[in-house]
Amino acid sequence: MLTVPVGTQILFAGILFFLGLIGLLVRRNMIFMLMSIEIMFNAAGLVFIIAGTHWKQPDGQVMFIFILAVTAVEVSIALAMILQVYHHFKTLDSDAINNLKDQN
Amino acid sequence: MDVFFYIAAVVAIISTVKAISGRNAIHSLLYLILSLLAISVIFYLLSAPFIAALEVIIYAGAIMVLFIFVTMMLNIGLERETEKKWLKPRMWIVPSILAAVLLVNLIFAVKNIHPIPPDEEAILPKQVGISLFSTYLLGVEIAAILLMAGVIGAYHLGSQKKKVKHRFLEIK
Repeated sequence: MLTVPVGTQILFAGILFFLGLIGLLVRRNMIFMLMSIEIMFNAAGLVFIIAGTHWKQPDGQVMFIFILAVTAVEVSIALAMILQVYHHFKTLDSDAINNLKDQN
Repeated sequence: MDVFFYIAAVVAIISTVKAISGRNAIHSLLYLILSLLAISVIFYLLSAPFIAALEVIIYAGAIMVLFIFVTMMLNIGLERETEKKWLKPRMWIVPSILAAVLLVNLIFAVKNIHPIPPDEEAILPKQVGISLFSTYLLGVEIAAILLMAGVIGAYHLGSQKKKVKHRFLEIK
C-alpha cells in the first residue's frame, strides 16, 4: 500500500490549504474568492481522509461526507448572493460593495 | 505506489496555483476541476475509493458545474473579443499536459496495480455507511436540515424581486 509518510501527506494538504488562503486574501473577484474557499474546504477534508486512513477508522470518511454537504449548501447560497450582488452593483469586485448604506 | 501519490500531488498543486492566479474565471474553474480530479486520485491511493468517487461526482461534477453556470450567466455578452484569444492553442498547452500526466498516471494504475485488497487495509464503503447511520445518525439529520435550509435560502435569494418604483423615478 501507500508508504508515503503521513507528514508528507499532511504537508500536501497544508500546501493546498495555504494556496486557498492566499487566493482568498489576494483576489478581489468574488468568484475567485469562493473558489479559494472551496480549495480550503477540500484540503481540510483531505486531512480527515489521511487521518482516517492512518488509524484505519471510517470516521474520517464520514466527516468528509459532512464537509461535502456543508460545501454544497455554502456554494449554492454564496452563488445566489453573488448573483444578487451582480444585479445590484454590476460588478463582482468585493471592494465595491463595502458600503453599508446606499450611496445615492 | 508512492510515485502515483507524488505525481498526483504535483499535478494538484500546479493546477491549484494556476486556478487561483488566472485572469479568466472559466479557465481557473477548469484548472480547479483538474486539481479536484488529482485529489481524487490521492483519495483512491489512500484506500478511500468511495470518497474518491464522491469527489469526482459531487465536487468536480455538481459544484463546479454550478460555478461554471453562474460564471457563464454573469459574462453574457460581456466579452466578445476575448473569445478569439481563448481559442489560441497556446491556452490549451498547460492544461493538456497536466491532464495527460494524470491520464498516464491513471493508465499505469489500472494496468499495474491490483485493486485494493478488501480484507486488510482498505476502509470499505460498507463500514462508512454503517458508521454514518449508527454513530453519526444525528449528524446526518442535521445535514439534512442544513440542506433544506440551503434549498430554501438559495430559492429566496435567487428569485428576482419585482421593482416597485416607476422607471422614470428611479435614481441612477
